[in-house]
Amino acid sequence: MNLRRLLAVWHARNLEFLRDRSTLVFNFLFPLALVVAFAVIFGGDAQSLFKIGVVAPPGASLDARLHPFLGTRHVDFYDVDAAGIDEAIRKVERHQADLLLDLRFSPRYWINEDSPKGYLAEKLLLETAGDPAARQPVTGAEVGYVDWLLPGVLGMNMMFSCLFGVGYVVVRYRKTGFLRRLSATPVTAAEFGAAQILSRLILTISVTSLIYAALALFVPFRNEGNVLLLLLIAVAGAMSMIAFGFVLAARFASEELANGVINLASWPMMLLSGVWFSLEGAPAWLQQSARALPLTQMLDAARAVMLDGAGLQAVLPQIGWLALMTVLFLGIAATGFRWRAD
Amino acid sequence: MKPVLEVRELVKQYPGVRAVDGVSFTIEPGVCFGLLGPNGAGKTTTVEMMEGVTEPTSGDVLYCGEPLGPRFRAEAGIQFQKTALQEFLTVRETLQLFRRLYPRGRDVDDLIRVCALEQVANRDNRKLSGGQLQRLLLAIALANDPQALFLDEPTTGLDPQARHNFWDLIRSIKAERRTVLLTTHYMEEAYFLCDVVAIMDQGRIIAEGPPSRLLKEHFEDVVLELPREDFRGDPADFPLPVLAANDRVEISTPDVERALRALLDRGVPLRHLRIRPRNLEDLFLELTGRELRT
Repeated sequence: MNLRRLLAVWHARNLEFLRDRSTLVFNFLFPLALVVAFAVIFGGDAQSLFKIGVVAPPGASLDARLHPFLGTRHVDFYDVDAAGIDEAIRKVERHQADLLLDLRFSPRYWINEDSPKGYLAEKLLLETAGDPAARQPVTGAEVGYVDWLLPGVLGMNMMFSCLFGVGYVVVRYRKTGFLRRLSATPVTAAEFGAAQILSRLILTISVTSLIYAALALFVPFRNEGNVLLLLLIAVAGAMSMIAFGFVLAARFASEELANGVINLASWPMMLLSGVWFSLEGAPAWLQQSARALPLTQMLDAARAVMLDGAGLQAVLPQIGWLALMTVLFLGIAATGFRWRAD
Repeated sequence: MKPVLEVRELVKQYPGVRAVDGVSFTIEPGVCFGLLGPNGAGKTTTVEMMEGVTEPTSGDVLYCGEPLGPRFRAEAGIQFQKTALQEFLTVRETLQLFRRLYPRGRDVDDLIRVCALEQVANRDNRKLSGGQLQRLLLAIALANDPQALFLDEPTTGLDPQARHNFWDLIRSIKAERRTVLLTTHYMEEAYFLCDVVAIMDQGRIIAEGPPSRLLKEHFEDVVLELPREDFRGDPADFPLPVLAANDRVEISTPDVERALRALLDRGVPLRHLRIRPRNLEDLFLELTGRELRT
C-alpha cells in the first residue's frame, strides 16, 4: 500500500465532492429531511395506553363535559366522523382500536370480546359516572403486526427495485455514453423506455411473487382476498414507481446525484406510505400528502384486499390513481429525457 | 450523383469558445474522407454534428441531399471515440443487440469474421484488450451494413501492431466502396487510408484535397536526415539551410544531388542518411507554424 498515492486519490476525491454542488447540497438536505420527518411523526404527546374512537354530537368537543369518561387520563380519544362509523367498528374488530363510543343519541359502545385491551377499556368506561351506555359486542381476530407489515415490506422492496433498478441504471448508461451510442441507432426514447419498463416490471413482479409464495409456505399470514387482484395491484404499483424512476433519471448523468435523488424520493415513501407503521395520529395534512405517493396507494389497496378481503370495486380508486400517476410520470420523463451526458 | 454527406457553414458555439467555425465540405460516394488536426481542433464536434448527436448552432448537414432523419440513422454506421457498452454481455451478444436495432444489416457471424473477433466472440466485452474493443466497436458500426461509416479516432490508444491490424481492416472495408469519414490526429494513418483529407485547426478547415496533391502543392523539396554527430562543421557554413532537431539534423532541398555532393565534400559519412518526402505533419507545421501533437 502506497500512502502517498492513497492520499493523492483521497484529496482529489474530496475536491470532486466539494465541487459537485448539487450532490453536496443533497448531502445536507437529506439528513435534515429525515430528522424533520421523524419529528413530525413521533412528535407530540407520549403514547397513550388505550385508543378509543368517539362519535360526538355535531359541534361538541371531546372532553369530560360531553361524558365523564372522556376525562380519563392516558387514553387516546380520537374523533370519529359519523360517516366513518363502519370503518371505526372494523378497527375494533381488528383490535386496531380498543373501543368505540357513540355519544350522539343515547350512548352506546362497541367492544371486541376477543380483545384483552378492549376488556380493560370497557371496565374503565363502566367505572366512570355518566349515562350508562349500551353494549354492542363484536368479535374478530387481531390483525397481527406481521399481517399488517407484510404488504408494507413487499411494497418497499418493489419500490427500491423499481426506482433504483430503472433510475440508477439509466443514469449510468447516460454517464458511460451507452445511451449516446443508442441514440445514433434507429431506437427511439419511447422504445428504450418501454424496454426498460417491461424488463423491470417482469423482474419485480416475479421476485415479489416468489417472496410471497415462500412466505406463504413458512410464515402464516392473513390474506382474506383474491391473489390475482393482489397481482393486479402489484403490477399497477410497480408501473407507477418504474415511471417515477424514469422521471428521476430523465436528465442526470452523475450516479452519485441520481443515488441521492432516488434516496430522497424513496425515504419519504418508506416513512409516510405506511410501510412500518400506520400514520393514524399524524397530522391530517401529512396523511393527505402521503396519499399522493404511489407506494401509499399500492399498500392501501393491498391491505384492503389482504386484511379485509376487499374486491376489485373497492380498490379501483387506488388502481386508477396508480394508472394516472404512471401516465403522468411517463409524460414528464418523455419530455425531459436526455440521451447525452452534456 | 449526389454527395453522400455535405456540410455547409457548420458552426458550434459553446459558452466562451467557438469549437467549429463555419466548416463546409462534401464527401462523394465511395470516398474515404479524413478529418485531421490536433486535439481540440474541432474534429469530434464536427463529426458529432454530422452524426446527428450534437445540435449545430448554425449550418446544415445533408445525407444524400436530405437533412438527417430516420433514413440516416438506419443507414449510417458510427464508431464513437469513447463509448461504453452494456455490461455483462459477450461480444456476440453485444453484436446481436445492435444488429437487432436495425431493419437490415450484416449477419453477426459475418461481422465477427470481418472484424477478426472469432477468438473473443464469447468473452465478456469488459474483458477485451484495447485493440479487440476497437474491433468490436467497428463491428457494431458495421452491423447495419452502412452506406456511410463514421470512425472517430479509431486507433487512438492502440499499440502499433493493433493499429496496423486496424488499418488493414479499414482497407478491406474501403475495398467494398463504402463511404468513410475518418477523424484522426495520426497523419500517417490519414495518408495510408484517406482519398481526401481536410486539415482542421481552431475550428476551421485550413487545407483540403487528396494528400499527395496537397503535399505537391505546398512542397517541392525533400528532407535529408542525418545523425547530429555525423554532420561535421558549422551548419551556418553549409550551402543549404540546415535545421538541427534533437539528435539529428535536417536539410530541406529540392536538389538532392547538390546536397549529397556538399555532404561528400565535407567528408560526412552517409551510412545513416535518410531521405524522406514531405508528409502531412510537415504540411500542418507549414500551415500553422505549430507542432501537431500538442
